[in-house]
Amino acid sequence: MRSSRAPWILLGPGLVTALVALLPIGYLLVRTAEAGLERVADIILRERTLALVLRSLALAGTVTLLSLVIGVTLAILATRTNIPGRRLLAVTAALPLAIPSYVAAFAWISAFPAVSGFGGTVLVLTSCCYPYVYLPVVAAMRRIDPAVEEVARSLGRSPWNTFWSVTARQLRPAAASGALLVALYALSDFGAPSLLRFDTFTRVIYASYRSSFDRTAAAVLSLLLVVITVAITVAEARTRRGSERARVGGGVARRPHTVRLGALRWPAAAAAAVVVGVALVFPIASLLYWFATGLSAGVDLPHLATSAASTFWFSVLGAVVCTALAIPVGVLAARYRGRLTSFIEHASFAGHALPGIVVALALVFFGVRVAQPIYQRTPLLVIAYAVLFIPAAIGAVRAAVAMSPVRTEEAARSLGSTPWQVLRRVTLPLAAPGIGAGAALVLLTCMKELPATLLLRPTGTDTLATSLWTETGVAAYGAAAPYGLALVVLAVLPTLALMRSQRAGEAGLS
Amino acid sequence: MSALEVRGLRASFGETQVLRGVDLDVLEGTLTAVLGPSGCGKTTLLRAVAGFVAPDAGTVAVGNHVLFCPGTDVPPERRGVALVPQEGSLFPHLDVAGNVAFGLPRDQRRGSRRVAEVLELVGLAGYAKRRPDELSGGQQQRVALARALAPSPRLVLLDEPFSALDAGLRGAVRADVRTALAATGATAVLVTHDQDEALSMADTVAVMDDGVVRMHASPEQVYTGPVDLGVARFVGQLVELRAQLEGTRAHTVLGAVTALPDARHTAPVTAGGVLALRPEQLRLHPFEHGPGAPAQVETVSFHGHDATVAVVLDAPGPDSRLLVRTTGPTAAAGDRVRVTVEGPGLFFPDPA
Repeated sequence: MRSSRAPWILLGPGLVTALVALLPIGYLLVRTAEAGLERVADIILRERTLALVLRSLALAGTVTLLSLVIGVTLAILATRTNIPGRRLLAVTAALPLAIPSYVAAFAWISAFPAVSGFGGTVLVLTSCCYPYVYLPVVAAMRRIDPAVEEVARSLGRSPWNTFWSVTARQLRPAAASGALLVALYALSDFGAPSLLRFDTFTRVIYASYRSSFDRTAAAVLSLLLVVITVAITVAEARTRRGSERARVGGGVARRPHTVRLGALRWPAAAAAAVVVGVALVFPIASLLYWFATGLSAGVDLPHLATSAASTFWFSVLGAVVCTALAIPVGVLAARYRGRLTSFIEHASFAGHALPGIVVALALVFFGVRVAQPIYQRTPLLVIAYAVLFIPAAIGAVRAAVAMSPVRTEEAARSLGSTPWQVLRRVTLPLAAPGIGAGAALVLLTCMKELPATLLLRPTGTDTLATSLWTETGVAAYGAAAPYGLALVVLAVLPTLALMRSQRAGEAGLS
Repeated sequence: MSALEVRGLRASFGETQVLRGVDLDVLEGTLTAVLGPSGCGKTTLLRAVAGFVAPDAGTVAVGNHVLFCPGTDVPPERRGVALVPQEGSLFPHLDVAGNVAFGLPRDQRRGSRRVAEVLELVGLAGYAKRRPDELSGGQQQRVALARALAPSPRLVLLDEPFSALDAGLRGAVRADVRTALAATGATAVLVTHDQDEALSMADTVAVMDDGVVRMHASPEQVYTGPVDLGVARFVGQLVELRAQLEGTRAHTVLGAVTALPDARHTAPVTAGGVLALRPEQLRLHPFEHGPGAPAQVETVSFHGHDATVAVVLDAPGPDSRLLVRTTGPTAAAGDRVRVTVEGPGLFFPDPA
């Protein structure tokens, strides 16, 4: 079939994207290989390294487990019970997603210096991460066909038995994919463990980059972290295979049954309130408190303004470059098959498995050794953003392009348009709103990014995230608060968009 | 002169052969319907002509231009073959005028008379500024046709363009499409599985089955003189009677009937085979004083303009159950009747 042959006008730029995405991991491999096998083995086999692996896994495991319990419980309470304040819970339970982990860490440690180490990091990361489980489980819950539960009941199962044997089974894929996101987030997060002084991979990598002249250890530990994140991703994909769901026809408009909680109504509401209080209300209250305190001491407005301006400028560049690089790959992924296409698509997703600190460090090596002219200048930072956020942009492009029907493009071809003209006159105009939304999401994600910005920002330039980091580091909490508040405001927007698109997706299904 | 000439066209999806040597000639300025059951390869043929399916072998030529032959594969945009897809597939981001102007050269897209001209032709003058989502299904299909006709293509391909429309609308849109095509003198190929549509709209009908064109002739010929039982069964309803041929007479349960021999094969003077009749060739008579074979009415399906009556002959046998189309007074289930044959039947000898 003709459609299987991808035009070079897409493959060429797509290859460029793939190479950019592979640059950090490639350079990290080169850097590690240069060190020699003996040196690498020496670093990996240290007792300290083993302890580091165990600490990181313990953190990721605990955060994932807690997020699963909290996320699934809140999802069930918010969708299927008569808990008081159900609507309020449904909205507020997702909002902690809008608080960057390092902002939450700042909020806690500034109020309670004792909240640090393992316990503190678990607390902060869990309250930031459980929405990654909560949101997909809520969506899955709303998709469940109530008729299936009715069938189980009519076949003699009790409500409780029906829930475990039928309903919970259908939630498993959603919960599992959410848990994967949480585990990867906990492993790769840099801000929270660093501010809370818990030595995970990311903090140790940063420390050994800062302190020692020989950065081989940082490179080796980075690779080790990548191996762990890739292994977790692969393992999750394995378990997901074979859990397909059989569905005939579309969704059902009927409302599912509501579970009456009875005497447990108020205790359940209280528990939910505690979660929302810890994850959402407290961090914002703490931010506002320090903001007020700092206000009386005087806010450094010029610095706030220049930080905001440079944040915006870097992020706009990041979003534009990401989207430009993502368009050929997204169109290829939506429209064509083939070995080269599949390679380009998979390679471009490399950033998905790479923690920000790893990408940053790899690009530091690359900048110092190969690309000295752009080291600690804007282009290298933009490349880091591109590597990290191209996957999100590709997802948006692919979804938007897949929505525009192939037959419409064929009609354009038969009216005399070349593939390039079809792309320009039909495919991209149709996909523009979706691509634009993806670009906006990348823009806001770049604004929140901390580790790569910290390591690669142009010398002498501060962004909102790095200013918060610096001020918190010297315990100038009042001075740090305005940056934290600004970041929360920025992050609320994509969270609301995400929640709305999920709701729209449900409406489309029913 | 043939506007479209397809020779020995073969195409496959993986292991499955979809086209097994298609030959098709379409004359300049005519509308040819490609008729066949779903899965017969008719849509693949259309897409191969448009250039969206790469054939394995054969040639496709439009006018004097070879579009496909071994070593040559003209891309879709340079074929001058316009497509009207099943669902219209209008460009949702453009208004009606933008859609129709899409295939015109850049300098003619704005303010050209051509857009108004073709819109007028399909009966949508004054709709230029509408958005596709403000149009009914029938209007969308007409815009899709106008869009295809605007650049004056060498050939227009219509892929089941009426199947998404409801029955009431379909007739009107068909008539309008027919008129518009005739007015522009465009050569067109219409793919359909609807025999009424093929027989009523087209100048010629090509019956496709299992990846080949079985027969290509005028609608009358296809209906009255099908080349084999397969074509006969697919085009219209069929009454099949076991028959013994003697000279030009075929002896059946309904008596002796004049047999037109299968034109392609010279049937032997005496042979066993099948006599094919159309339901409207059977006549019902009152049982008490009519001629013909005695039978009992089983069911009656009343269609308004006529009725289809299923009867069971008293004489037992494999073909004792017959379909009769009658415009006269209808019988009721359980009535006793007699059945006769009017006109000649087609005789197909048993394969040796």
